[in-house]
Amino acid sequence: MANSITIEGLHAGYGAVRVLTGIDMHVASGETVALLGTNGNGKSTLIKCITGQVRPTQGRVLATIEGKPHDLVGRATQDIIGLGIAIVPEGRRLFPKLTVEENLLLGAFRAAARPRREESLAFCYEAFPRLKERRAQLAGSMSGGEQQMLAIGRSLMTLPKILLVDEPSVGLAPILVARTIDTIAEMKQRLGLTVLMAEQNFPQAIRIADRGYVLVHGRIELSADDPQSLKNSDIVRRLYLGGA
Amino acid sequence: MTALSPSLSPPARRLPKPFSWPVLVAGLAIVAVEMTLGAQVSEYYLLLAYIILQYVVLSTGWNILGGYAGYVNFGTAGFFAVGCYTTIALEKLAAVPLPLAILAAGVVAGLIGLGTGYLTLRLRGVFFSIATLALAVVLQTLIVNWSFVGGSRGAYVMRPDAIAPFASYVQYLLVVMTVLAMVAVLAAIAIERSWIGMGLAAIRDDELAAEASGVPGLRLKLLATTLCGAFMGMAGAPFPYFITYVDPPSAFSLAIAVNAIAMPLIGGTATWWGPVLGAVLLGFTQQVLTVTISSAANLLIVGILLVVFVTVAPTGVVGITRAWRGRRA
Repeated sequence: MANSITIEGLHAGYGAVRVLTGIDMHVASGETVALLGTNGNGKSTLIKCITGQVRPTQGRVLATIEGKPHDLVGRATQDIIGLGIAIVPEGRRLFPKLTVEENLLLGAFRAAARPRREESLAFCYEAFPRLKERRAQLAGSMSGGEQQMLAIGRSLMTLPKILLVDEPSVGLAPILVARTIDTIAEMKQRLGLTVLMAEQNFPQAIRIADRGYVLVHGRIELSADDPQSLKNSDIVRRLYLGGA
Repeated sequence: MTALSPSLSPPARRLPKPFSWPVLVAGLAIVAVEMTLGAQVSEYYLLLAYIILQYVVLSTGWNILGGYAGYVNFGTAGFFAVGCYTTIALEKLAAVPLPLAILAAGVVAGLIGLGTGYLTLRLRGVFFSIATLALAVVLQTLIVNWSFVGGSRGAYVMRPDAIAPFASYVQYLLVVMTVLAMVAVLAAIAIERSWIGMGLAAIRDDELAAEASGVPGLRLKLLATTLCGAFMGMAGAPFPYFITYVDPPSAFSLAIAVNAIAMPLIGGTATWWGPVLGAVLLGFTQQVLTVTISSAANLLIVGILLVVFVTVAPTGVVGITRAWRGRRA
């Protein structure tokens, strides 16, 4: 079944500050698309436009879930999650004073996911044995890597078709960044997800990406159809590798 | 999740049932005791029990919003007074039976709670609290200037004659308040053990993250403000018959607002029995102090207890007993 996201002519900002101008992008069914760019270029804002946390001033955000088209602009966040789009938020945003298990169960809040919560929980515990060991522990007391696993697990509990990942590498040690990226790729494979991942760690992100967009000052400067051409592009070299 | 392997059987994890039979049985047992002993003991004890049960309803109602969802409501007295004045207004219009007046008070105060929720959509933390405080002030101003219900002069309410199975009207009031307390506690338990309670806990921890994981934050918050307002209003509805003279300072009393916050905090806000325990402990202590020292010492003692608990045991009596049990286990 087709699960995709299409963004057309999107403008967005906070009050008088314009963050995104004229964004066009597409995430096709079954793809992993990387949204690249250094800090402050609008990656998170773009993700928030999809989840309804930021309302675009102009343009369209369309999602196709199991072949059915939906217009996402103007919908409440929980309704967008309810369609089958899950988000792993930037900085994880767990419920620190709830236990690991409660955090996971809250992921299954939407009506479609609730009846299958035990099944989903078993899946998460199998995929992340660490979470099973810590099921009764408060989420806030875990290490950064474990918290990132929990955030991913919680998003999977919503039984998503499309997974949005916002800056999974933030605040993690390099080895954990690599492991988190691998986990995302693995979950995508196992569950047949469509993934859009905003990330500033370029080398890590393109390891698993099918395609990529590079965002600079709120515009898409480069749209690459394969990871290799991303690596060789001048823009990326200038942004990440300090070359002239 | 389509690729789940069939070998993973769901683990046996039992959530407690949302309906609590023990509480229902305990509530009915208390009613039975009240029915048998009510005619024999001094009326003072009936009044004492009434006050404590009224605080059970108030603190349980407060805890649905304040404890479960983390929205601290300073306007308890406002909702309580709305309940009082609903009864008074109805009494001036027609001889309405008390249970009906309680229902009406619940509806009116619940609607005001819903309205408060709508008006404070984006307010969190201390800003929400200030808004509820302002609401109480606005309501008091309205009542003071509404002469139909007595205005600032206050209103006298005649206690009706005793109703058939009850020896006195006070006994009847006590039984009604017991049933109300039981309903409030059962509602709190049902919320705590359902998805609503989980969702409210998520809102309390991080409202944006809650919405990002699919929790309908706004809807749950409105449900909590409505229920909280409704229970507080219902707690106030029988009050005019209880004291027979109501004026704005007594209906909007500071003691009510302070107690409704102090009781759940002292008992513990995480579970339904925290506010119940807090109401019984603090309510009883206050009555003893009123008799032995003076009624003015009441709030002073409540204030001191609140400071002690907030600094020494922020999780309340519930937290202390849990920690103690955890150490022994």
